[in-house]
Amino acid sequence: MRKSGAEIFCESLRREGVKTVFGLPGGVVLKLFDVLCQQKDIELVLTRHEQGAAHMAEGYAKATGKAGVVLVTSGPGMTNIVTGLADAYMDSVPLVAFTGQVSTDLIGNDAFQEADNVGISRPCTKHNVLVKDVNDLAQTIKEAFYIATSGRPGPVLVDIPKDVSIAKAEFRYPDKISLRGYSPSMGGSKQHIRQAAEEIMKAKKPMIYVGGGAIFSNAADDIRELAEITQIPVTMTLMGLGSFPGTHPLSLGMLGMHGGYWTNMAMHHSDLLIAVGARFDDRVTGKLSEFCPEARVIHIDIDPTSIKKTFHAHIPIVGDVKAVLRQMNVMLRSMDGNPVKMRAYRAPWLKQIAEWQAAHPLSYKQDDKIIKPQFVIEKLFELTKHEAIVTTDVGQHQMFAAQYFKGTKPRTWLTSGGLGTMGFGFPAAIGAQKAFPEKLVLCITSEGSFQMNLQELVTAAEHKLPVKIVLLNNGVHGMVRQWQDLFYEGRYSASILGKMPDFVKLADAYSVKGLRALKPSEVEPVLKAGLKHKGPVLMDIHTDPFENCYPMIPAGGAQHEMMLEDPPELNRGKKGGAQKRKVDEGEGVLPA
Amino acid sequence: MRVREFFQPDDQRMEHIISILVENKFGVLARVAGLFSARGYNIESLSVAATLDPTTSRITIVTVGDDRIIEQIMKQLNKVIEVLEVVDLTETHFLDRETALIKVHTKPEHREEAVRIADIFRAKIVDSSLTTYTIEITGDVDKVEALINMLKPLGIRELIRTGRIAIARETTRTASPRREPALLKS
Repeated sequence: MRKSGAEIFCESLRREGVKTVFGLPGGVVLKLFDVLCQQKDIELVLTRHEQGAAHMAEGYAKATGKAGVVLVTSGPGMTNIVTGLADAYMDSVPLVAFTGQVSTDLIGNDAFQEADNVGISRPCTKHNVLVKDVNDLAQTIKEAFYIATSGRPGPVLVDIPKDVSIAKAEFRYPDKISLRGYSPSMGGSKQHIRQAAEEIMKAKKPMIYVGGGAIFSNAADDIRELAEITQIPVTMTLMGLGSFPGTHPLSLGMLGMHGGYWTNMAMHHSDLLIAVGARFDDRVTGKLSEFCPEARVIHIDIDPTSIKKTFHAHIPIVGDVKAVLRQMNVMLRSMDGNPVKMRAYRAPWLKQIAEWQAAHPLSYKQDDKIIKPQFVIEKLFELTKHEAIVTTDVGQHQMFAAQYFKGTKPRTWLTSGGLGTMGFGFPAAIGAQKAFPEKLVLCITSEGSFQMNLQELVTAAEHKLPVKIVLLNNGVHGMVRQWQDLFYEGRYSASILGKMPDFVKLADAYSVKGLRALKPSEVEPVLKAGLKHKGPVLMDIHTDPFENCYPMIPAGGAQHEMMLEDPPELNRGKKGGAQKRKVDEGEGVLPA
Repeated sequence: MRVREFFQPDDQRMEHIISILVENKFGVLARVAGLFSARGYNIESLSVAATLDPTTSRITIVTVGDDRIIEQIMKQLNKVIEVLEVVDLTETHFLDRETALIKVHTKPEHREEAVRIADIFRAKIVDSSLTTYTIEITGDVDKVEALINMLKPLGIRELIRTGRIAIARETTRTASPRREPALLKS
């Protein structure tokens, strides 16, 4: 039977098992939306801005491992999702974005709402295609989902002109596809895996360094097995958090710019680095020429471009992390790898790391007048018993959350790592909540990031998605302010947010419950009430505007040269720029 | 490999001829060129045309970089979905050719000299006017540049070069790279 392009589109989504589409309509996609609204088993979440749709799809994809789906119109609809595409590309999030395009006979004529969607998105997608013939549509959609979710996942954009969505063609959905130029390698070289296993057994001061790739490949169990049979400590990148339980004795938490002192010291002194689905990002390595100077490097990654891109690898293993680790663990066991024996062998190394940790643990000075952001995250961690999907935005609150919310499961820590997109967290939380309506979804954010996509409050309210927003409101762009304090002589250029909305009233306007804490004593009641509330909640928690995030490797600094606290000469906000923000006084908005 | 060796100084830069087999679809060239520009890598010359199989095209790129940059270029090219094969011909025995069309000024007293120079290089004069000759030369890059240098004193009005194309010698087929694990696609 011949079907229209729009019918082919919907039927193809069904064949891919798509349940939810995030999007916003417009002129050239009317036909697609018209047919979509007639589908009983595919739900459309109408967002209030296309960027929200892209980040929701990202949150959905990160939480489930399935491709997130976005549908927006041409021109501004497409340009509004560019940030989401770039974010998904940097963090390897499987996303399939459908954009409308003007009719094929108008392309290139500067038609109304025309943009070169394929041209604009080329550098920030894994692949993109303009469908010029309705006969190619089903095949293209099949390929898009395959490319987005296989190998190193990433966003794929499919551009559908208006006339293609209307034209008719015979519908044939391919069962399988093979692409001439694309066949991700999975297994890894046996010889290299064996060589790696031998080095792992011998090493005296090894480290496992896990990135986001471990999460996409569902390798959490294999990493745990590797760590336990070899008794090697595990550190995670921001993207890798959750791939190994943060509460495990072998976990050293996050490494890098705001990683633990003991973690970075252990990296610096290690003699063998087992990099698992990580890419030696500059926030991880600090000054490259002084990064892990003693270490032999085993690098497991599905993307060959990640290997030897910024740092050398003695044993490169190109393959799927899970598939490689499975083989490696079998070999390690056959080489007499077992926890009891290895624990004795690694004892001096683990003892050394424990000493570093005892010397400089994560710490902050509690205060009885002003709320410390770390205290809020600690409380949250305690009250939720670590059972939550956590999304964050970008900045100080993100680093505090990474340090203090020690997640235990993969796909429960959703953050914007590579691109560092403020405005990601809240829509991502909505996407994750849509995927898991029964789970507790927390959005840890700040007033700066939250205001970048706050319009989606109404989306959460409309779809009754009970996202819990924990807004650490310090009235400043905290990380910028911290750098200005440390490196720009305290001149607060554009980092003080002068006028602030009343977030409780704002929440009320969007039919979302609002709560506020101004004093440390109010934190726990507000968090408790917020977590207990059935619907979406915005908890506006006023925190110390001058708290800095430590440890810190200054940009360009070496990994072992961390700042552990404010330097004594720190001269805050004294040398021009905007004035300090006044500390809020009075009572918070507490649960009745 | 020691850490220091990985961070090589600039003087390790070498010229490489990279031969890329791609699907013959619109946008592929933009994608290939884009990955060079996005990373600040140079393209010295680029030539592209269909192969025997009309569904594929061959792109020949001459680029300059140290080993690390060339390795990244090769891997990044391999990552492009429509790229079918990538070979660094510089690592094999290969032949390369370039064609140039050179329009030279020819004052009456120089016309004979121009013909003589063209003869020495087995170049052809493919067009002439009262004041110019247009000389066509095909050869490796040294030959083309030698001719250009010889003609410069006469006065070159216009110079058009095709950029280099290259083919592997004898049994090494241009289309089959030695596939090391590190060069597989992701």
